[in-house]
Amino acid sequence: MGETLLKKVWDLHTVRQLPTGQTQLFIGLHLVHEVTSPQAFDTLRANGWTVPFLDRTFATVDHIVPTLERKRPFLDVMAEDMMASLERNVRDFGIRFVGLDDIRQGIVHVIGPELGLTQPGMTIACGDSHTSTHGAFGSVAFGIGTSQVRDVLASQCLALEPLKVRRIRVTGTLSKGVYAKDVILAIIQRLGVQGGNGYAYEYAGDAVDRMSMDERMTICNMSIEGGARVGYVNPDDTTVNYVRGRPYAPPPDQFDRMAAWWKSMASDVNAVYDDEVEIKAADLTPIVTWGVNPGQSIGVDDRVPDPASTSDPKAVTDALGYMGLTPGQSLEGMKVDVAFIGSCTNSRLSDLREAARIVKGRHVAPHVKGLVVPGSSTIAKAAEDEGLADVFREAGFEWRGAGCSMCLGMNPDKLEGNQVCASSSNRNFKGRQGSPTGRTLLMSPAMVAAAAVAGEVTDVRELL
Amino acid sequence: MPRISRITGRALPMRGNDIDTDRIIPARFLRSITFDGMEQHVFEDDRKSAGGPYNRHPFDVKHFQGAAVLLVNSNFGCGSSREHAPQALMRWGIQVIVGESFPEIFFGNSGMIGMPCVTAAPADVAALMDLAERAPATEFAVDLVAGTCRAGQLTVPVSLPPKMREAFTSGAWDTTGMLLDRFDEVREAANRLPYVTGQALS
Repeated sequence: MGETLLKKVWDLHTVRQLPTGQTQLFIGLHLVHEVTSPQAFDTLRANGWTVPFLDRTFATVDHIVPTLERKRPFLDVMAEDMMASLERNVRDFGIRFVGLDDIRQGIVHVIGPELGLTQPGMTIACGDSHTSTHGAFGSVAFGIGTSQVRDVLASQCLALEPLKVRRIRVTGTLSKGVYAKDVILAIIQRLGVQGGNGYAYEYAGDAVDRMSMDERMTICNMSIEGGARVGYVNPDDTTVNYVRGRPYAPPPDQFDRMAAWWKSMASDVNAVYDDEVEIKAADLTPIVTWGVNPGQSIGVDDRVPDPASTSDPKAVTDALGYMGLTPGQSLEGMKVDVAFIGSCTNSRLSDLREAARIVKGRHVAPHVKGLVVPGSSTIAKAAEDEGLADVFREAGFEWRGAGCSMCLGMNPDKLEGNQVCASSSNRNFKGRQGSPTGRTLLMSPAMVAAAAVAGEVTDVRELL
Repeated sequence: MPRISRITGRALPMRGNDIDTDRIIPARFLRSITFDGMEQHVFEDDRKSAGGPYNRHPFDVKHFQGAAVLLVNSNFGCGSSREHAPQALMRWGIQVIVGESFPEIFFGNSGMIGMPCVTAAPADVAALMDLAERAPATEFAVDLVAGTCRAGQLTVPVSLPPKMREAFTSGAWDTTGMLLDRFDEVREAANRLPYVTGQALS
């Protein structure tokens, strides 16, 4: 009987079974950032512990970074405090760090892959739930909390429960104007925000096989929104070609042997899964969320539900009320105040290229604030070099520095009042984008670009 | 670590499925290098917003102040991995959460800080919530050893993975200690990894 990638990686990294019934798993790469680590470092200090695997640990700063004025000290004294704390911690413990003055800085889930730190067959952990992004490379990547950050810093290990594996096969061809973002939103819509609890999601099928690494990262990124802590794609030639030549990739004389090993970690053709689901790519349309969790979504040409016809009328009524929507309403034509292109879901060069293709020769609607925030300073530079930044600026977008920005309300980029934001990010929770009454509509970056120029939710397929 | 086997106190019902950690503790309160004072901001935006499913937020209801048992529906604590969420609840006074289901990250984060999340059948959770709302002074007792939650005339089964339960009841839930316990085995595991040794397996 064949094995899944999850089982192979899990077994290879198992140190031992713990008395708690959990597995002690070695973590091949620990990515550290400013939000979830300060208390962990304090505990290490208090106990006199060191970080034994410094070469498997890497830190950057992303959540609190102002995207407009990055000069130190930050205007926000609390953000400055966090930044200074991280700088002190990486210095005291000897951890590799890329700060704001480094071209390699960016959102942790963007730069890990970009630098070649993220590699197939690894276990990866980071104090952030979107760590699932790294699974696009055929690594097994866990989002963790601060106590677990402490554990990984001190021991390079996690105590974890085993996971089941659900294979999600995306078959056939996506229509024009339908993107990886729509695929993952469709998966969450179908399986629910709790559907993945206890599972790792393996994304497969010919549509995924043909996807670029950027697209696979978008899909794996939002696994957690479907309840799956881990999501992955089996490594193949696309993966290998992406990693080759990156700063932390295996050296040329070892690369081919490592690449062969990576591919050997892919799920066997006769692997047995705990569950299987098929999504037909041709059936998908551009998707927009209407509610307050990422499972509450519809195709752009559908209508928002009537609570009475749903399984949880109270929750649907509450969500529609928060969003200011009426049952049966269409989202097309809904006025937007802000258009945000960015976040660890959709801030990579290919996302920016596709959005720029739509806005080129058009202009952001007068009442819309348009924001483009590249995922890393490296991407920002590349986008500037190929003229994308100018396309956005000429269209009336603000072109910002790299960071998490308006995804989560921890830095100066926030919604105000009950503004409606067309957003390429990953969460539409109440208050998520920094205003307690702010409203988020999740969609692909191309759909955000379309909403920005139309001033309202619009079907991007009409602009292509 | 302290043994955690029986938790008693009044209960606070927090109704609704899929309550995310952004709601439990909005991101702006994560701009801190300690967990101090997190409890002051539990559900802050929900509590300040007018309307919603409650006239008054459960965390503001007078009778629920000082509660030790939090009653929740399904998928409580979904979303962000911020440990600030269970930290805020625990510092507010919650010692155990009884719910229909929990997402893994929240379940793990809560356990790591000694606040067990135990599951109960939806009908039993509903009965416990009704009781807490009807008679808020009722003493609830969550017994990890017996696997029960007792309140008034009501006794319902609650569950936790058996070995996890043992860890709490015996005080052996210090993960860092366990993970560092046989550190030579960690080094051995690392030296089996092709990407650590630079030697690809053939």
